[in-house]
Amino acid sequence: MKRKHKRLTFVVIALVLLGVAAGLVLSAFEENIVFFYSPTDIAENNVAEGRRIRLGGLVEEGSVKKAGGAVVNFRVTDLTTVIAVTYKGLLPDLFSEGQGVVAEGALQGGVFRADEVLAKHDETYMPPEVAEALKKSGKWKGPGESQGENRGKDNNK
Amino acid sequence: MIPEIGHFALILALLVAFVQATMPMVGAHRGNQAWMAIARPAALTQFGLVAVAFGCLTQAYVTSDFSVLNVFQNSHTAKPLLYKISGVWGNHEGSLLLWVMILSLFGSAVALFGTNLPPGLRARVLGVQAMIALGFYLFMLLTSNPFERLSPVPLNGNDLNPLLQDPGLAFHPPMLYLGYVGFSMAFSFAIAALIEGRVDAAWARWVRPWALAAWCFLTAGITLGSWWAYYELGWGGWWFWDPVENASFMPWLAGTALLHSSTVVEKRDTLKGWTILLAIVTFSLSLLGTFLVRSGVLTSVHTFATDPARGIFILGLLIVVIGGSLALFAWRGPALVSTGVFQPISREGALLFNNLVMTTAAAAVLLGTLYPLLLDAIGGGKVSVGAPFFNAVFIPLMVPMIVAMAVGPLLSWKRADMKPALSRLWAAGGVMIVAMIAVWAVETDGPFMGIVGIGLAAWLFMGILSELAGRIRLLQGSLSESLSRLRRTPRAAWGMTLAHLGLAITIAGMTGAGAWKVESIQAMKPGDRVSVAGYDFVFDGARSGTGPNYSILSGTFRVLRDGQLVTMLYPEKRVYNVSQQPTTEAAIHTTFLGDLYAVVGDEDETGAFVTRLYFNPLVGWMWAGVLIMVFGGVLSLSDRRHRVGAPKKRGAGLAQAASA
Repeated sequence: MKRKHKRLTFVVIALVLLGVAAGLVLSAFEENIVFFYSPTDIAENNVAEGRRIRLGGLVEEGSVKKAGGAVVNFRVTDLTTVIAVTYKGLLPDLFSEGQGVVAEGALQGGVFRADEVLAKHDETYMPPEVAEALKKSGKWKGPGESQGENRGKDNNK
Repeated sequence: MIPEIGHFALILALLVAFVQATMPMVGAHRGNQAWMAIARPAALTQFGLVAVAFGCLTQAYVTSDFSVLNVFQNSHTAKPLLYKISGVWGNHEGSLLLWVMILSLFGSAVALFGTNLPPGLRARVLGVQAMIALGFYLFMLLTSNPFERLSPVPLNGNDLNPLLQDPGLAFHPPMLYLGYVGFSMAFSFAIAALIEGRVDAAWARWVRPWALAAWCFLTAGITLGSWWAYYELGWGGWWFWDPVENASFMPWLAGTALLHSSTVVEKRDTLKGWTILLAIVTFSLSLLGTFLVRSGVLTSVHTFATDPARGIFILGLLIVVIGGSLALFAWRGPALVSTGVFQPISREGALLFNNLVMTTAAAAVLLGTLYPLLLDAIGGGKVSVGAPFFNAVFIPLMVPMIVAMAVGPLLSWKRADMKPALSRLWAAGGVMIVAMIAVWAVETDGPFMGIVGIGLAAWLFMGILSELAGRIRLLQGSLSESLSRLRRTPRAAWGMTLAHLGLAITIAGMTGAGAWKVESIQAMKPGDRVSVAGYDFVFDGARSGTGPNYSILSGTFRVLRDGQLVTMLYPEKRVYNVSQQPTTEAAIHTTFLGDLYAVVGDEDETGAFVTRLYFNPLVGWMWAGVLIMVFGGVLSLSDRRHRVGAPKKRGAGLAQAASA
């Protein structure tokens, strides 16, 4: 083989690999990208039942009810709209009423069935999506854009 | 007073770095020996100054000097000493200080031990190092000063985030940084070589130990973090494809590729431009990794704070470093002439295949990690890209590489024949098929990937052993001859063998933990019994207690198998006194075939506790495999040829043929 052909072989292998990767990425994107919604978004946009989404907002005060058998029911609010959430499992350590929360799951009969409730590692931290949802509903009372500055704890992971 | 000394030392270090970044470069360009010689004392002075600054901050932490804002935010008098010290780097400002300290430490290592480097190359390498340091000093002094004072002085601090008060996480950041910064050495050598327009075997021999050491540290650092997530987060998982995990994994992928391609430069004097590019990419990803964690732009389980002011500086720094180095590469790269030629089927070809897969995988991970940012930036809505995406893309990409990994070491350099190589792998193929059938028989209902994963692990493991057997001519001559060959195998070759064997074991562990994990979540009252994967977990209740700076709820489980006691498990839930933040401490009992894992939650009104019980198969194999990989890397690092320095062209036969 000539030198040029050898180089061509590798270029072809590289292109094939990239092509395979691109194909995998596209098909995986289609199935696995999870959109983020606030309770108001869900109410307005008719999110399809069973579609996997992320829900973000605040855990409504006084809404957390243990239903027995490790099932927890609570409501998530962006202070305009409220949506009921049900979750089976151990809640993350920092889950508490009045705090920001991000839950992943799907709508089922008007109730959001979460299979994952995301842990935030700091009580002063507000997930950007939750802050966004609150700002959109005009109920943002946080300390402004630079929330977390000078008091958030940086992590190392 | 002492914090001001630290602050002052940092400013002096900035000035020294400025001198070190300019004069030696100009000197190397003009051939001025005196100017070039400045690099060495400058590098040592810089390290001395940063060490003073770091010492001052540590002193402030140890003595709980809350007049320093950083200490106030991240420490507390009641904290154990270990976490007072680890608190120094358990925050944004302090971790940057640790970063530059390691950077200047490596710089002084080149200054001290690089005596046999050509003076021009050494001056330029140190110059580039100083440029990187300069960026970091400016970033710290302008936006993230760790020595900022606070007035009035508070009585006590905010405490370090309880999740970080853990021995695994105390050493995770320094390890990770030793890895990231280690790749900065490869980067500096690459930039210096581009400026000089010359890359040869001696250059590769200088770069390789740095890349190898960085790889060992990064591997260990990532694993420490993963291990921490496994026992501390209480989710029973060890890898979440979280953006911050990806941030450390991307440089690992690129760095692994660099490790393999630098071998080709060293042995065969080819793939030069590619290796330089990989060095640039690896360090760029390390920088991105450092800052992705810090900037808070990504929603991650690990992200704590956001600060837009820092974001701009970070973006600027990234553009200068990545853009600048790639532009230099585009300008000077074509001047690098490779002399070695090789056929596609050859050791070089196999290593290049590894490189292509690793970089493609790194690109895919990068895309998945940054996609939510890109989409949000163009107003496409907020999305998250989670584990299913990465698994769907990453695993299929790795399969052909692992298949090829068993073949590659059997191919000769330059030109090889596939047939004899494959004919030596009949044993590996046989064991693979037996393993797959065995797995299918035991876990008939398990996922298909489980069978594939174990099959691949068996194939790789046996393939590597076949290569070792061939190398020492096992069963081909007398046993004593084989043994003496075994003894004479250079450490670098042992390193490769062990690292690859370790990977095979790790793959088996990952497959087991991924495919056959058994999870059970329920509310349990004392005396309740739950069966998980053939083990009976009996809940004996929970009691309260106190630790040094937290209160404990400790659950007790008896784990039985066929009525016989296997182990007792005591998972804890801790609430830290200062922050009132709870943490979960999983109880884990490791057996050869898997981990028994228990987590206890809060008590409800009926007196029941929510519990999570897992059987995580083969998790211990994963950690053991990684340990073996790192040990292989360290062994290779201790090889004689790294100490004897620059080689004569075409090195000694055995070391050359065997190492990779």
